[in-house]
Amino acid sequence: MAKANGNGQPAVIVEDLHKSFGELEVLRGVSLTAHEGDVVSIIGASGSGKSTLLRCINFLESPTRGRITVTGEEVAVKTGHDGNLHPSDRRQLERIRTRLGMVFQSFNLWPHMTVLGNVIEVPVHVLKVPKAEAIERAEKLLQKVGLHEKKDQYPAFLSGGQQQRAAIARALAMEPKVMLFDEPTSALDPELVGEVLKVIRDLADEGRTMILVTHEMAFAREVSSHVMFLYKGLVEEEGPPAQVFGSPKSERFRQFVKNIK
Amino acid sequence: MNWDWLPQYAPLLLHGIWLTIVLLVISCSFGMAFAIPIGLVQVTGPLPLAWLAKGFCTAIRGTPLLVQIWLLYYGLGSLFPSIPWIRDSFMWPVLREGFFYGVLALTISFAAYEGEIMRGGFMSVPKGELEAARAFGMSPFTILRRIWFPRAFRLVLPTLGGEVIGQLKATPLVATITIMEVFGVGSKIRQDTYHVYEPLLLVALIYVCLTFVITRIFLWIERQVPQKR
Repeated sequence: MAKANGNGQPAVIVEDLHKSFGELEVLRGVSLTAHEGDVVSIIGASGSGKSTLLRCINFLESPTRGRITVTGEEVAVKTGHDGNLHPSDRRQLERIRTRLGMVFQSFNLWPHMTVLGNVIEVPVHVLKVPKAEAIERAEKLLQKVGLHEKKDQYPAFLSGGQQQRAAIARALAMEPKVMLFDEPTSALDPELVGEVLKVIRDLADEGRTMILVTHEMAFAREVSSHVMFLYKGLVEEEGPPAQVFGSPKSERFRQFVKNIK
Repeated sequence: MNWDWLPQYAPLLLHGIWLTIVLLVISCSFGMAFAIPIGLVQVTGPLPLAWLAKGFCTAIRGTPLLVQIWLLYYGLGSLFPSIPWIRDSFMWPVLREGFFYGVLALTISFAAYEGEIMRGGFMSVPKGELEAARAFGMSPFTILRRIWFPRAFRLVLPTLGGEVIGQLKATPLVATITIMEVFGVGSKIRQDTYHVYEPLLLVALIYVCLTFVITRIFLWIERQVPQKR
């Protein structure tokens, strides 16, 4: 169910992004635009820089060079002692981050709170939504990801798939403009991957703007409006999934797809 | 065995138990309040504060508590009366008593030991949990208040229970500076009655009971958040 590309305002713009860890250059000038309603999948071998790219969007990683613009607002930066770009206005970055709902490979739920507690945490303590309202919304979200009956459980008592669905509900609770998925199924047992992918597919069908780093080729092909293949920190191949998977120009991408299958 | 003295000394003993509990609660509460920043700055910096905290912990943990108590009581305690504005201050009635120096020494000691433990606690919270908090736009203070500290505190809870019990058994040292907590009362009974073993046995029994209560309290706190092991 691939959707049309570029049917709205730009939600996330990444321009000429570079990132080095010491001598190692992980990103060597990557640009990306996600319009409203886009589902952009970033694929590539491990070490290609795809997770780093995603983590630079909300400055969990400090880029070395480049510009990040989220819903029309560019993240203000200054060069730090380490030569990387650091946010110069903490409050601006915090505000921008609330527009980006992040889902991590290792879930990163807060284990000292129940599932419901996790989901209402950011609305109540960051966005200052009244608690009753936050709970009401959280219950709907948990219903949506099929976890309502687990809402009073602590994360440690859930399966990996359930934890990841709770983490998705937690990210959705901020009502973000864009969802960022960092290999959301890579830490899951094979039989649990499906339930998480189903939730993500539902979000894509709703028209949510998403940027997704994944190893699930078939899934990327199915839900994306735009696919980007990274190779050694550069975009090697990109375009609509039908074009990228159907008639790839890059020999490396052909090789990559073959090796995955 | 001779317990004839017990009714006569019961009120004094009860008061001694009360003083022991007060010493323990005050020194643990204030000590913990200092331990949190002492542990935190060693993980987050800034570097000068981290060194200061490290130096404090090393100095306090590296010297016997008895020496600290005596240094404070005989040092500060003899310095203060010679300073007129301290003698005239409203704090003098407190500063005059051995109790103040006992509490001070116990608090400093607890802060140093727990500062190290909190440092370990803060470091043990998985990075990803803090990263998630940052990614969702939490401010550094909100992260500390809602995620980092509560997580670190739960991680150190089992250790902390043991530390409080250790602190309980450090309190008899303040009997050496005139504070009549339960051990001090026991010593007085020994001196007054020439019974040696009975008062000591009773004091030992009281400490066991207090330890049992502390254990139960910590067990109850730990149960508040179920952990899968």
